[in-house]
Amino acid sequence: MTAKIRSSKGAPYARILGVGGYRPTRVVPNEEILKHIDSSDEWIRSRSGISTRHWAGPDETVAQMSVEAGGKAIADAGLTPEQIGAVIVSTVSHFKQTPAVATEIAHLLGTKKPAAFDISAGCAGFGYGLALAKGMVTDGTAEHVLIIGVERLSDLTDLEDRATAFLFGDGAGAVVVGPSKEPAIGPVVWGSEGDKSDTISQTLPWDVYRERSSEEVRFPALRQEGQAVFRWAVYEMAKVAQQALDEAGITADELDAFIPHQANLRIIDSMIKTLKLPEHVTVARDVETTGNTSAASIPLAMERLLATGQAKSGDTALVIGFGAGLVYAATVVTLP
Amino acid sequence: MAATQEEILEGLAEIVNEIAGIPTEDVLLDKSFTDDLDVDSLSMVEVVVAAEERFDVKIPDDDVKNLKTVGDAVDYILKHQG
Ligand SMILES: CC(C)(COP(=O)(O)OP(=O)(O)OC[C@H]1O[C@@H](n2cnc3c(N)ncnc32)[C@H](O)[C@@H]1OP(=O)(O)O)[C@@H](O)C(=O)NCCC(=O)NCCS
Repeated sequence: MTAKIRSSKGAPYARILGVGGYRPTRVVPNEEILKHIDSSDEWIRSRSGISTRHWAGPDETVAQMSVEAGGKAIADAGLTPEQIGAVIVSTVSHFKQTPAVATEIAHLLGTKKPAAFDISAGCAGFGYGLALAKGMVTDGTAEHVLIIGVERLSDLTDLEDRATAFLFGDGAGAVVVGPSKEPAIGPVVWGSEGDKSDTISQTLPWDVYRERSSEEVRFPALRQEGQAVFRWAVYEMAKVAQQALDEAGITADELDAFIPHQANLRIIDSMIKTLKLPEHVTVARDVETTGNTSAASIPLAMERLLATGQAKSGDTALVIGFGAGLVYAATVVTLP
Repeated sequence: MAATQEEILEGLAEIVNEIAGIPTEDVLLDKSFTDDLDVDSLSMVEVVVAAEERFDVKIPDDDVKNLKTVGDAVDYILKHQG
């Protein structure tokens, strides 16, 4: 017998209700990076736009930074932790594979047994999480979803690698997605290109230590083929960004803000040109003082634009994340 | 139809102007991208991407390194254009 199964009933649409961020207290200027590599402040600034980044101290763990950012996002949304029905955490720098750090974060935040899990989608993690959260809210599986992008990339940085030592930073950014009467998160344009999985990756898998000692092999770090990644980002990602605009039925003229993954200012500047973004569009340039914080970069940049008044609640923003996988996700959102 | 050497130079000059802000008349065959035209390694990637679109040619990363002068790029495109 095929019994009739009742389905959940979700909200007609979803929106970002609040945003929060946490930046570690220690600010690391380029001068400090130069102790380990042959480079210059001028070179780092001109090739990446980065002048400082934040690196986490021992107490600024993945969980702690997430709790700070998540708590702010919940408060910004005008909610209390008990109202959170799901917690999604995107990270590549939490070093305990199981259990998911999302469960610990959910507990520390004082939520009431929400669904909680981690995702691994590199620098596109925020966009992937946003797509999932929107689906959950409109499906009715959770009324309010907390998405956190968090990284301690300083733990995965090879200080002696000229191509990456200056790029990465630490931090956490979070948003809460909840019900909306009107569309406020556009269709996501996302995907993966696994044929390019070698262009950004961790040098060694963890199980290398089963056979070899940590004296023999150096702790894993992130490596990348900079030029190949740069080419892919400026060429392919501009197309993805345009597609996200098209699918949301928004023209570049109608945008108020552009919040791309903060990988490198040169990628951002190139995208602005290709997309022909008009002058009035506010562009997030948080990478200058935050470095590349992978999954945390978009919510951190979003929070800063709103906190400094460069963007305001209700503004229309294009967000795009891209990175290791290679993976990408772009969508148009109404800012909280 | 394949572009002539003159057309390629003209097109490249426009691309370099767009990306690095160098006046088109300064983009000459014997000029070095990095030393004379202020095109660094990342701007070079942008120039290459734009040239690929414009001249229907594929320029792999490994070949980009060998394109030191405007003349090198013009020759490469002449030879490889579709
Ligand atoms: C990392 C990145 C800035 C390096 O720039 P690049 O132009 O590709 O660097 P290259 O390795 O080709 O080197 C170009 C020149 O700079 C020099 N160089 C490289 N690293 C240097 C450094 N840290 N300091 C000073 N000089 C450096 C090289 O020796 C080379 O010099 P040469 O032309 O005289 O031989 C750039 O590739 C990049 O940002 N790519 C995108 C990466 C990214 O954002 N990844 C994350 C995506 S999520």
